Amino acid sequence: MTVLSDRQRLSYIAAQAADARLNVELETEGMTLNIGPQHPATHGTLRIIARLDGEQVVWAEPSAGYMHRGYEKLTEVRTFPQVTTLINRIDWLGSFANEVPFILAAEKLMDIEAPPRAQWIRTILFELSRIANVGLFLGDLGVQMGAITPVFLAFRDREYVLNLIEGATGGRFHPNFDRIGGLKEDLPKGWIDETKQVMRKLRGFCDEMDDLLIGNEIFQSRTRGIGVIPAEIAKQYGLSGPNLRASGVDWDLRRDQVLPMAWDKVDFKVWTHPDGDSFARCWVRLQETREATKIVDQLLDGIPSGPIMAKVPRIIKVPEGEAWVSTENPLGEMGYYVVSKGDLGPFRVKIRSASFNNISIAPWVLKGVYVPDIITILASLYFILGDIDR
Amino acid sequence: MVVGLSDTDVAADAPAALPGDGLREGIIDALRRDIGDALVDTHLVPNDDLWLRVATGSWRAAAESLHAAGFDYFCYLSALDWMPSPYGRGEDDPTAPPAERSTEIKQGYAGGETRFQILARLTDTTRHVGVTLKADVPDDMLAVDSWIPVYAGANWHERETHEMFGIGFNGHPDLRNIYLPTEFEGFPLRKDFPLLARMVKPWPGIVDVEPMPVADGEAVGEEAASAAVPDEDGAG
Repeated sequence: MTVLSDRQRLSYIAAQAADARLNVELETEGMTLNIGPQHPATHGTLRIIARLDGEQVVWAEPSAGYMHRGYEKLTEVRTFPQVTTLINRIDWLGSFANEVPFILAAEKLMDIEAPPRAQWIRTILFELSRIANVGLFLGDLGVQMGAITPVFLAFRDREYVLNLIEGATGGRFHPNFDRIGGLKEDLPKGWIDETKQVMRKLRGFCDEMDDLLIGNEIFQSRTRGIGVIPAEIAKQYGLSGPNLRASGVDWDLRRDQVLPMAWDKVDFKVWTHPDGDSFARCWVRLQETREATKIVDQLLDGIPSGPIMAKVPRIIKVPEGEAWVSTENPLGEMGYYVVSKGDLGPFRVKIRSASFNNISIAPWVLKGVYVPDIITILASLYFILGDIDR
Repeated sequence: MVVGLSDTDVAADAPAALPGDGLREGIIDALRRDIGDALVDTHLVPNDDLWLRVATGSWRAAAESLHAAGFDYFCYLSALDWMPSPYGRGEDDPTAPPAERSTEIKQGYAGGETRFQILARLTDTTRHVGVTLKADVPDDMLAVDSWIPVYAGANWHERETHEMFGIGFNGHPDLRNIYLPTEFEGFPLRKDFPLLARMVKPWPGIVDVEPMPVADGEAVGEEAASAAVPDEDGAG
């Protein structure tokens, strides 16, 4: 047995104490929480990695790419009419709305315009896909906070809208109905009356949601003042659609740009909210759904007669040039930068999808929030995985 | 770079309600005053859209100038590869000898000298006008300055451009891949990256493409077309 000197004993104790302190510091350094890729709150396969200090997030980062399908590359080996089949699947809840900006960009390059009747039907179907998309959001939002009823109501009432879309286009989720120069077919008989009835029902659904969800005390306390995004930050990150308007920016591409669509023929209000929190984003979406039913009603009343297809050659060759067209899709600004070399297919298509920008703010907005709020903030930002990954 | 007051005055003088030539020409003038010869080329489609090409070294300076001039909304950032694809449209017969294809690099609006160009779009939410910016990225130095100090939202777009085109961004804190696995090799959106699905199986060819429906004259009215579908086929 070795005999230790005092000096050795003291240095041993000091080393042990230093180790112990280090261990204590390591223990309080926090933990890393992994959410997803398969998680009910991620609407698909988004993974969120959050570093926590107690209950508070110090760093969070979404990790996308589990559903990357490479549409930008695939468009380069498709002809122009074939591309709509692909881009239908970007935002799969509002499919028809995905087709419109691409078709408008191709028409811009070809210097043709769809006849008025086609423009009106396009706008009607566009707004119907907005109702189907955002209506489901409102229901889904409740689930994330433990309210089960709204989602059943949302699925029930979305079915009416999907039936309408199916009746007009033949496809419930992926209509692939928009054509360069117009539309595939005209509206079926009796569709207009039925749509009007459904719009009445949907307004009832919006009132129900207003009552059941937005007016709910628990919902309000979980969302008010949570995840506040100031207008300046929102614009820097390119947030669009209801997320931007909930931060008080009065910007709506339906109203603020000239497009060969029928939005300028109707009277509608662009809803904004000054708060920029989770509640504001949900509230703006609810108002927009109600407003969309009114837009559809007005359009149905004034729908012009005439052809639904402009004169277009049988084999479509798009002249050389570049065009950018974006529209106010259910999720926000969706646009296509189309480069054509005068060929049958595009040379390059840059797809600007709303959710990619909307979710890129997550690292900023999640910093400092508490763990349960991660879910409500992500739900209120509202993304579709296909729209992030493309 | 800080924009003087006179520049904002030019913007305010332009018609606000109807974006037109005056408005877009004002944007060009204001940018030229800020970055001078670094604004290499422009392409203006009156009352429609505006393309600006700036020198590679002034990529961030152009963003700063436009941001100060009111372009507060960052739309997207990406890149263009102007080299024609050596694989064409992926419709070759794999048993036949490789086809002869043009390798001429021809840039689009606002010109250019390099194979790769960086592409971005900014919007002014008060004047309701947007511009598309381009800059050449030379092959021997595939990098431009990052836009993050000006537009924080450029972060993810630059990461995407880096993994898809292999273009670097000076000053970007973290150029990790977004979509692809870390160990992935190659840059998928470059034209010389083959689309393997089209390489392993012959494509039936463009003759099979369904022709576009064309109305027979102007006679297709709503009665004729709507009679075809029975009306029970709706919601109930």
